[in-house]
Amino acid sequence: MVEIRWHGRGGQGAKTVSQILAQIVLREGKHVQAFPEYGPERSGAPVRAYDRIADEEIRIHSGVYHPDIVVVIDETLLESENTAEGLKPNGVLIVNTARSEDEIRKVTGFSGKIIAFDATKIAQEAGTGFPNVPMLGAVVAVLGTDPKVAEEELKETLSHRLTPEVVEKNLKAFRAGYEAAKGVYVGG
Amino acid sequence: MAVELKSWKELPIGGVIPGGATPELNKTGSWRSKRPIWDAEKCIHCLQCWLHCPDDSFFVKDQKITGIDYDHCKGCGVCAAICPVDAIEMVPERGGGK
Amino acid sequence: MKKVMTGHKAVAEAMRQIEPDVVAVYPITPQSEIAEYYAQYVADGLVRTELVPVESEHSAMSACIGAAAAGARVITATASQGLALMVEVLYIAAGLRLPIVMALANRSLSAPINIHCDHSDAYLARDSGAIQIFAESAQEAYDYMVIAQRLAEDEKVRLPVLVNLDGFTLTHSSQVVETLSDEAVKGFVGEYKAVYPLLDVDNPVTWGAFAMPDYYFELKRAQQAGMEAAPDVFLQVQEEYAKLCGRPYRGFFEAYKLDDAERAIVVMGSTAGTAKVVVDELREKGERVGLLKVWLWRPFPRKEITEALAGAKAVAIMDRAISFGNLGALYLDVVSGFAGREGPVFVNYIYGLGGRDIPVEHIAQVFEGLKRAETGELRYLGLRE
Repeated sequence: MVEIRWHGRGGQGAKTVSQILAQIVLREGKHVQAFPEYGPERSGAPVRAYDRIADEEIRIHSGVYHPDIVVVIDETLLESENTAEGLKPNGVLIVNTARSEDEIRKVTGFSGKIIAFDATKIAQEAGTGFPNVPMLGAVVAVLGTDPKVAEEELKETLSHRLTPEVVEKNLKAFRAGYEAAKGVYVGG
Repeated sequence: MAVELKSWKELPIGGVIPGGATPELNKTGSWRSKRPIWDAEKCIHCLQCWLHCPDDSFFVKDQKITGIDYDHCKGCGVCAAICPVDAIEMVPERGGGK
Repeated sequence: MKKVMTGHKAVAEAMRQIEPDVVAVYPITPQSEIAEYYAQYVADGLVRTELVPVESEHSAMSACIGAAAAGARVITATASQGLALMVEVLYIAAGLRLPIVMALANRSLSAPINIHCDHSDAYLARDSGAIQIFAESAQEAYDYMVIAQRLAEDEKVRLPVLVNLDGFTLTHSSQVVETLSDEAVKGFVGEYKAVYPLLDVDNPVTWGAFAMPDYYFELKRAQQAGMEAAPDVFLQVQEEYAKLCGRPYRGFFEAYKLDDAERAIVVMGSTAGTAKVVVDELREKGERVGLLKVWLWRPFPRKEITEALAGAKAVAIMDRAISFGNLGALYLDVVSGFAGREGPVFVNYIYGLGGRDIPVEHIAQVFEGLKRAETGELRYLGLRE
């Protein structure tokens, strides 16, 4: 079982991508849970969301304490929260940042694999402005999920609420995030 | 009067009363200590007594009062109090009072 | 069809497929999304249900009672304080033998105010006369909503049924849920047959009549007969549903690796899933541990649970609510079956109040704690001393 913790701020879509990820891996026949942490739900407040992905039925209903992947959508949280807390030594820390991997290692104290890339810039260049989608791309890469399957699900889900042009921009942002993380696998 | 009470197994579900329950079956007239006497001569058929009676105990035909249903009248006296022409008088039931 | 959906979406989907005549509901966290989804279905014309947006839960249950007496199939949903406000009228729904199905998104009761899960709301309605079922997952919540409809409406039962699902843990967490086709659900629940419907004006009846001391007792005894009939009907409907859905539902509870267990846990709701993980881990180490997950809490299947636990040496009964001034309600339920006979040592654990998380380590502590235990002990799991 792979457990993922997403760190974001209210309104940045951490919960949304955690749910889209669940739908993506369901397409690959995985069992899955996706749930946010409910505290004060205010725009801008730190929020956490979680995924559990497994080949077998998931029965555990507790919180996630030792994630395999931690995703930080908003790098300002690196200073205010212990984002690497409980992250398994052989896990992966994925951070949206313009800073280098070494700098992130210093800030978080995490000794395992770190993927640092500027998802905000990717989102701006793609014309969406939301870094959660390139971060989703990175997680899909790290999980070793077929990116085609992921794109199909993303396209279908986003098409319910966005115009075709905006969907295309998001897919572009997703691919760029995927490319940024490609080659690093969780647990491998 | 002996009433045969049913066992719990014989009762309709949820205490429902099939056919509808109505006070018609319950002769509440026996509760009365005072009896209204209606004076047909004085009555102007304004129907205020019929309107106010809590037990629907006034007989009406063609929008005229024709009498009182003593099987159900409990003797509350509202009719006598509301009557604008004092056509109803409350008198003690036989056996009680004068 | 398998989809990722939250627990409240799973409940709303079951409701959409059942398509009751009336849904009277008032929003409250963590139930609100059930009401919101259903309101959307009505607005989108997916269902022909009359949605009654009432001004309180007391009104919600009152409207449900009126509609059910009129002859409608009725569903509602609530949580926590909402149920507290409903309880006065829930007793009336049960007394009038009205088959109202309700999803209860379990949440603690104030004070202090808290929006997270425990079972104090369900415990509040324990003696209301409503049947109570607990779900472990969103899948079970969906399945038992459909089963509840048939159970509630059975002519021998005719009682409200509460389907409990843990607030947030199940309501707000996305899980894989396999739904049946609309036709399959509609076929399973069938046409609603009303009993003494008020709208049948050719056959007038009186509902809610007064009962004096000469009849009140008999009517309450007759109500108990509905509860007495419920277990058999539950098993029949569950078996039929299991065939339809292909999932192995069988019995009033799930006995997980319980047969040869020396130490066992009795629990209701989503914690059972976490406990199974621990049972598996301990079994791999050769420990004889097991789990009894209660599905049907009211009526309480005392005889069957007694038999299932008789072989154990020590049993932890986990209550997710305090019954102030006594041991937990589930504890007393289970132990009552052993009155006058030999049985295991029984310990009561109070756990998970107000959404306190229950990680696997805590469940492991319970199994460990059963090695040294005395009957009647009350322990608090996950509490700071």
